[in-house]
Amino acid sequence: MDIQTDIAAMLDSERKKKMRVINHPILGTDERKKKINIYVDDKPISAIEGDTILTALLAQGIRINRITKKRKEPRGLFCGIGRCTDCVMIVNGIPSVRTCVTFVEEGMRVETQEGVGHWKKKI
Amino acid sequence: MEKENIIKADITIIGAGPAGLAAAIEAAKLKAKVVLIDENASPGGQLFKQIHKFFGSKEHYAKIRGINIGRELCNEAKAQGVHLMLNTVAFAIYEGKVVAGITPTGLVQIESKGIILALGANENTLSFRGWTKPGVISAGAAQTVVNLYRVLPGKCFLMVGSGNVGLIISYQLLQAGATVVAIVEALPKIGGYGVHAAKISRAGVPILTSHTILEAKGEKEVNSAIICKVDEQFNPIPGNEKELKVDVICLAVGLTPQTDLVRMAGCSFEYLNELGGFVPLHNKNMETTIKGIYVAGDTAGVEEASTAIDEGRIAGIAAASSIGLIDEISSKEKISQIWSRLNSLRIGPFGQSRQEAKKILIKARGKLCP
Repeated sequence: MDIQTDIAAMLDSERKKKMRVINHPILGTDERKKKINIYVDDKPISAIEGDTILTALLAQGIRINRITKKRKEPRGLFCGIGRCTDCVMIVNGIPSVRTCVTFVEEGMRVETQEGVGHWKKKI
Repeated sequence: MEKENIIKADITIIGAGPAGLAAAIEAAKLKAKVVLIDENASPGGQLFKQIHKFFGSKEHYAKIRGINIGRELCNEAKAQGVHLMLNTVAFAIYEGKVVAGITPTGLVQIESKGIILALGANENTLSFRGWTKPGVISAGAAQTVVNLYRVLPGKCFLMVGSGNVGLIISYQLLQAGATVVAIVEALPKIGGYGVHAAKISRAGVPILTSHTILEAKGEKEVNSAIICKVDEQFNPIPGNEKELKVDVICLAVGLTPQTDLVRMAGCSFEYLNELGGFVPLHNKNMETTIKGIYVAGDTAGVEEASTAIDEGRIAGIAAASSIGLIDEISSKEKISQIWSRLNSLRIGPFGQSRQEAKKILIKARGKLCP
């Protein structure tokens, strides 16, 4: 498969851009405009209102949400509907927040979770 | 928790997908006070991800896209005065038809005369070397992030499984501008409908039957997949491995009914492969082996959204009838009309076996609850 070589070259450069599906033959143009600023591991990231934390990160080509406790393996999106808990991160100081079902909010601070994470906020 | 609420209703429905919404609408039309609970921030279940047109008859919303069916059902539930409780996880059912839930502001207890459980299904998974790497996702996850949130989880996909879910979602990935390198299917033939397979084949996506996934490769995230031809016993045939450069591996390997709360309620089950695994026994009114507790949709056996809507309607009418909101004769008439529509949907290679499986459920329930 010759096309495979092209795709391989494309992957790295393409993944970090154009991840958003702006135009769609059935759904039309994505009209969402309102920008929401969040911080991911202290780096500012621009999201769009209506994004979940997970999709805001995917839009930036970020697919690793946490690192497992024992083997230090990366994990990310798996089920996308809040069932599997593979995409959990530390959100505003609270660990193990399911990023696929948590919507972005202005100023939100999101951190890559290691193991079971740690509490930075008392409730 | 700061706050505890007690709500009283005629019928509590858990799950605001196609089955739950349809049940709520029918029950509310008969003047039942209906509480409809869903853990998500918006109703509709998986309908708003289904951008394809449906099959079946007019009553089954044929030729209408799932997203539009979702809108229609949500609008009607609202118009009928259904009390919708979103962001609410129903975590327990206690004796006396009490549902316990947790809302963003605290605990809630809902006391009612009938409960309809329309919990949906969970996607099955498949384990192979590297399957935990970011980039290996369920097909439903791909559909969710792409069609609902308009973001691609990668650019270049391998789909595992050629059932209708695998075929339809592959096509939807193309519509969103992604590349689908191949669909692999362990069986010697394509699992889903010919019409979906033809559509994806015309778009140039090869469907490799008698093939499976062996490994997801990549240092941290997926950057390629090893697939391999398999023999009749599904064992990989050495020397037939092939590496495909993909950054997402999508698993479309079936669904299992979500039945946690049905089990908690104490209902009886039967294992039926055709319906996705252990399924609660129910009668023609969708009532389980526990009086006043009904099931509908994928919880009662994995099928389509169209059958889920009809099962929901039946459960809604039956539950309303059981508390005297409609006389028995009219309710029986309405329900038998829906059954004949359901039977007309349960035809063909998939439908027929599901129809037979449903008969087994109904018969087994009849034996337990004469």
